[in-house]
Amino acid sequence: MNGLSTVAVALLAGALRVSTPFLFVSIGECLTEKAGRINLGNEGALVLGAMLAYATSYETGSPWLGVLAAMGGGMVLGGIHGAVCGLAKVNDIAMGIAIMLGGTGVAFFFGKPYVQPSAPLLPTIPLGFWSDAQQIRSALDVSPLFFVGIALAVALAWIFRNTRAGLTVRIVGDSADAAKAMGLRIERIRFLTTVIGSGLAGIGGAFLSLCYPASWNEGLSSGQGLVAVALVVFARWNPLNCIYAALLFGAAGALGPSLQTVGISKGYYLFYAAPYVLTLVMMILTVTPGRSLRGMPGELSLMRS
Amino acid sequence: MVAISAADRAAEEIPRSREAATGRDSTYPLRRALEALLVPLMALALAAGAFSLFLVFLGKSPAEFFVLVWRGAFGSAFSFQNTLQRAAPLLLTALCMAVPAHLGLVVIGGEGAVVLGGLAGAAVALPLLGAPTFVIWIAMALAGFVVGGAWIGLAGWLRAKRGINETISSLLLAYVAIALFNHIVEGPLRDPLSLNKPSTAPIGDVNMLTSLPGTDLHPGLPVGILACIAFWVLIYRTSFGFGARVTGGNIRAAQLQGLPVARLILIACALGGGCAGLAGAIDVVAVHGNANASLAAGYGYAGILIAFLARFNPLAIAPMTLLVGGITASGGLVQRRMNMPDATVLVLQGMIFLSILTSETFYGRMKWFQPRGAVQ
Repeated sequence: MNGLSTVAVALLAGALRVSTPFLFVSIGECLTEKAGRINLGNEGALVLGAMLAYATSYETGSPWLGVLAAMGGGMVLGGIHGAVCGLAKVNDIAMGIAIMLGGTGVAFFFGKPYVQPSAPLLPTIPLGFWSDAQQIRSALDVSPLFFVGIALAVALAWIFRNTRAGLTVRIVGDSADAAKAMGLRIERIRFLTTVIGSGLAGIGGAFLSLCYPASWNEGLSSGQGLVAVALVVFARWNPLNCIYAALLFGAAGALGPSLQTVGISKGYYLFYAAPYVLTLVMMILTVTPGRSLRGMPGELSLMRS
Repeated sequence: MVAISAADRAAEEIPRSREAATGRDSTYPLRRALEALLVPLMALALAAGAFSLFLVFLGKSPAEFFVLVWRGAFGSAFSFQNTLQRAAPLLLTALCMAVPAHLGLVVIGGEGAVVLGGLAGAAVALPLLGAPTFVIWIAMALAGFVVGGAWIGLAGWLRAKRGINETISSLLLAYVAIALFNHIVEGPLRDPLSLNKPSTAPIGDVNMLTSLPGTDLHPGLPVGILACIAFWVLIYRTSFGFGARVTGGNIRAAQLQGLPVARLILIACALGGGCAGLAGAIDVVAVHGNANASLAAGYGYAGILIAFLARFNPLAIAPMTLLVGGITASGGLVQRRMNMPDATVLVLQGMIFLSILTSETFYGRMKWFQPRGAVQ
């Protein structure tokens, strides 16, 4: 294969692999933000999820139990965030940072013994069976979690549009006054969306440690959980857009390693910055000062000025 | 606008203290100070309790842990020295969070300003080698301050002019800063002699300022304390600070009053970022002697915790820095004696952070601390 197609295949592989954690965290964050709350603690849920998934998979031999444990860990962190933010005067952004630091700390604390051993990983679906080229085969070894993520995004979009539960979440997020007038229990709904959203972020972490890069160490997450929060803004709080946004960011994250496969390693470290720069540029392009964004929940304190 | 209760309170303070001045409730200022002291203390006690439970659950002795923390942090002259050493950069990085917070901003990307400030300091010193050391120090401090200020100032500018959330942008910028730092340290400015640990060329032992002349104190310590005092004056005793606190209390009111809100945001972010950049430059001159990956040691993140502990009051930053610096300094001792991972400190810090933020909900809830006799 020539250089260009090698890079293209590597980018495709990267987009499919790197995007999955972005996808899960952004869907989860989308749900939480639709109910009018921000959870920056999803970064902590991601790291804790990665550790729990790896440890559980190693101890029990079942990677799927690991995914379940990751979801559980994420839900516990989401529960703390949801419960404390329900109190008066507690700032949800600051609380998110605390959950992020605390969750990361707990993950590092209990994860120490699991840095060395290798745990059973999640199986992949070999969609590249038709090709003889090794690169295409390995590029199309797609994790089932990727398809689970896409299915969840579609389901969530459908729920928001067509069900009573989706409408309830949207009302709570758009106008607390309207929700109160309708007799909705705002804090309980926000608590539940935070717990579910954080659980999804935990699954994103399980993907990191059990699929790609498929190991557990303290440098595993490099802010995917936070980039995903910005990604929701870019996706205009639409779960379907989260899919495209996640794929785009996956490709951006894979840019440096892909170019390295054809021997371009100049400025390798700069390519690490690509997803973050892309996020910033996207936010600058999508946000218009003084005007609220289409699709933005009215109760959200993120973009209010 | 993100509502920060400290800023809310600043806006509320004005009518209340006038009440107090008329003599109707003369002990109110005292009770309010007591509330501001007792609530965080309660939160700290709660965090200590929760962490004790955590230790008991793991089969470790909480008493042993806290004794070790005390000994490792403040128990001897040597350990206190160690604590001060750790505390010095944190004074400045805490200001990076605390100063913009008075405008209601949550800037959490101080880490990026630290590494770029340190890099700028190391880079500017190299062509000046041979000049009087005093000149080199001033140039390094200025370079660190300017670069750090520009970096966080960019987040402030994006917030003021483009309406982009400063929490996310400052954090994204921190990741960009670390990538940029690695690129420069591994590439254009790499000292060919640094094999295992890529770093810039050393500024030379003669140009280092490892301790204050005549003492063993870290040079960042007096700089940090002076900066805290200066920012206290700026925030509570100048018209700039008043405008900032009004903006933090109610941005609409500030705009209607004709306050230059965008400029206030920009200046506050740039000053805060400058402090973090200065911390990086001082770390280079006092500890490393060049810019290498050790600069990204999490000073920026610890600073966030300290700023919240101090409720953004620059004068409260110093004692809170001692607390956090002490816990960090004792980490090694706890690790060795109790056979616990180094992340123990992170867990404790996380619990303190959670409990401090939760305690925000108690301000104004307890009746005894509230103004009396006035029409509510």
